[in-house]
Amino acid sequence: MKKVLGILGLFLIVFGFTAANSENFTSASNMQNLLNWTGLYGVLGIGAAFVIITGGIDLSIGSVIGLVGCLLPMFLIDKGYSTPVSLALVMLISAAIGLWHGLLITKLKLQPFVVTLCGLLIYRGVARYITSDKTKSLGQSHADLRQLARGKIDIPGLTDATGLQVPVPFLILIGLTIVAAIFLNRTIWGRYLFALGRNEQAARYSGIKTDRMVILAYVICSTLAGFGGVLFMLDLNSVQPSSHGNFYELYAIAAAVLGGCSLRGGEGSILGVVIGTAVLRLLNNASNMLSIPNQLEFTIIGAVILAGAIVDEVAKRIVHRMRQSKSG
Amino acid sequence: MTHPLLEVRAVTKRFPGVVALRQVHLALNQGEVLALIGENGAGKSTLMKILAGIQQPDEGELRWEGQRVEIRSVQDAMRLGVALIHQELNLADNLDIGANIFLGREPRRFRLIDRRAIRDASRKVLQRVGLDYSPDLNLARLSIGQQQLVEIAKALSMNARVLIMDEPTSSLSTRETERLFEVVKDLRRQGVSVIYISHRLGEVKELADRVLVFRDGANSGELSREEITHDRMVRLMVGRNVSRLYQRTPHVPGEVVLRVTEMSTPAFPAKTNSFALRAGEIVGMAGLVGAGRTELLRVLFGIDPSTRGTIEVSGRPCRIRHPRNAIAAGLALVPEDRKQQGIILEWAVDRNGSLPGLDRIRRGGVFLNAPEESRIAEQMIGELGIRTPSRKQIVQFLSGGNQQKVVLGKWLALKPKVLLLDEPTRGIDVGAKEEIYKLMDRLAREGLAVLFVSSEMEEILGISDRVLVMHEGGITGELSRDELSEESIMQLATGLAPVAVGSTL
Repeated sequence: MKKVLGILGLFLIVFGFTAANSENFTSASNMQNLLNWTGLYGVLGIGAAFVIITGGIDLSIGSVIGLVGCLLPMFLIDKGYSTPVSLALVMLISAAIGLWHGLLITKLKLQPFVVTLCGLLIYRGVARYITSDKTKSLGQSHADLRQLARGKIDIPGLTDATGLQVPVPFLILIGLTIVAAIFLNRTIWGRYLFALGRNEQAARYSGIKTDRMVILAYVICSTLAGFGGVLFMLDLNSVQPSSHGNFYELYAIAAAVLGGCSLRGGEGSILGVVIGTAVLRLLNNASNMLSIPNQLEFTIIGAVILAGAIVDEVAKRIVHRMRQSKSG
Repeated sequence: MTHPLLEVRAVTKRFPGVVALRQVHLALNQGEVLALIGENGAGKSTLMKILAGIQQPDEGELRWEGQRVEIRSVQDAMRLGVALIHQELNLADNLDIGANIFLGREPRRFRLIDRRAIRDASRKVLQRVGLDYSPDLNLARLSIGQQQLVEIAKALSMNARVLIMDEPTSSLSTRETERLFEVVKDLRRQGVSVIYISHRLGEVKELADRVLVFRDGANSGELSREEITHDRMVRLMVGRNVSRLYQRTPHVPGEVVLRVTEMSTPAFPAKTNSFALRAGEIVGMAGLVGAGRTELLRVLFGIDPSTRGTIEVSGRPCRIRHPRNAIAAGLALVPEDRKQQGIILEWAVDRNGSLPGLDRIRRGGVFLNAPEESRIAEQMIGELGIRTPSRKQIVQFLSGGNQQKVVLGKWLALKPKVLLLDEPTRGIDVGAKEEIYKLMDRLAREGLAVLFVSSEMEEILGISDRVLVMHEGGITGELSRDELSEESIMQLATGLAPVAVGSTL
């Protein structure tokens, strides 16, 4: 909870600073933009959080997004499948990828880093091969479906007053956040995930089927990556097989870490991850608004995450020392 | 007047929730072997870590040849001449002997490692510990005992004047132990001082010039060479009547609840084990370290796969392939390594307590049942007398004994039929031990079948209704309460006298 407050504080500081120094930042269209991107990237961050809580990692998120981004237009346009069939297929493929990762990690005891790094390479290659590296798009068709990523909803009162409409991806993220938070904090499965992330042996000795739970986490992560891939595809409507989704896993992992997940496992909150995503998007947006050279974006994001990690560690040591001297 | 070489004055060390050392004293003279004895948790290892610079005292002072010194790091300790020979050896077995002796302080020539200097200097110290091997030999080729001598040689190469040996013989053969004794006596003649920590009182009697006894983190007595006897050492260590520690009430064994037939373990696939447990009895499982007792419990509880054999609980055959199956059948295991296997250290008492039973109290199919979780935690804290500020306390900050009660509590909440315990009192203080024994006694009286593995002979003799003895992966015999003695157990534990088992049931 403290970590969530910390990241929320960071968000407010950056938000306040940018708002004070840029006129256009608080405009309805920019806020709308910010909400939209937070929604899209937040879906990925929540998926990554599940895997990170088990003490694992998923480096293949960006490639799954790339693959799904290619497959969806191929199913819809080239193959002429119906919308539900196409969506079901890409989601099924994404889930199968997660299942495959989970099985390799639990049954063969391969390291998550290795398995998902290979996934990153393989799925990217597959995407490029099946499309012959040609850009994929839905063209002018499927306008209804694209509303899933492009749509905006009027909020009574708010929209009249400020002109701000809420993008559908952000609404999706809110729904997903609630479901994921309930899963992690209110169900026995969520408790099992935290337990095995902290101490896999103790969890297994307590009768928890740890393998199944780990597999479930990878399935959730890849499925959400696939779902995010659908949204990104629909939003951009122009997919370069070689670059679509590149590095998105790093955004997702960074958001999770910023939001309080420990890469050692057993720790993390969904709300923190969502705010973490918002901070990353905010930094990106702020550097545009404050006309900081675009080339510095990664440097700024890296520096902020590192600063967060340092503050967190120092705070932990101070608390530890206080606790020791209190007990003494 | 001459000062002792090394002196500890009124040192106190606290850890969260426990005082490890309370105003302890120690004086070590040049060329003396001082034995330090005490039960697990008496504070011996903590004091040694302070002397070796690994931990800092909260109060008190250290003196070296009468001068006050601070030992803030391992390097400080080395500079003074204090070297700790760890229980687990700190050597790199992929390097040769010479490289190990000079690891981290290699002599150099033209910026490169001077192998000749290493070889020459290594030969000298190896000679002092009587190890006649080339420094070029790979360390992995040496036995554990020989590797220990290398570690001592390494300390000598740093001009160590005080060697601290923590349970040095725990993994040595009899011959290697004798060899080590000769080396220790040799070093004493050369003027090196030794602090010798051991549980084995026979060794202490043979080696020590003086014995210092710790109990519950404080000095409880000192014996000079002439005063050293087995009885006096035990009395100072335990500090109470042993029979009071092991209070037993009569148990009335009932039906057979667990029957194991022809069971083998992955570690000893050729041996099979058959035995039965009755409701309401405490069965001790004795044997030497590595006899396969833990392995047998692990198979029973579904942690390791069994290669053959059957398990029946209350007459019903069970297939146990995961701890979940074992728990469903009514088994519970208090594992050997409490901190890695028994509890989640970073979690609070209540979450640890409810973990194995979450699926029994769930609501709406998948949801946690917070009120029931709290109730279980409060009940467990009350019934087992867990000393904790609240159910929200992180178990890391509880004492070892209270952590063990949390492990017991989480299982008892599930109302098991069979309780398996692996070294249940390891690393906990005497008071908590007594409570654990009382609890085991009470549970047996209430009809639980209790099977416990222990390497402490007095514990086995003290609380078992019946004892199974294992040797090299197989049960070599069974002893009833009236047949129990240290000798009869050791005979079976060393494989001297095989006796038919299971015939009584």
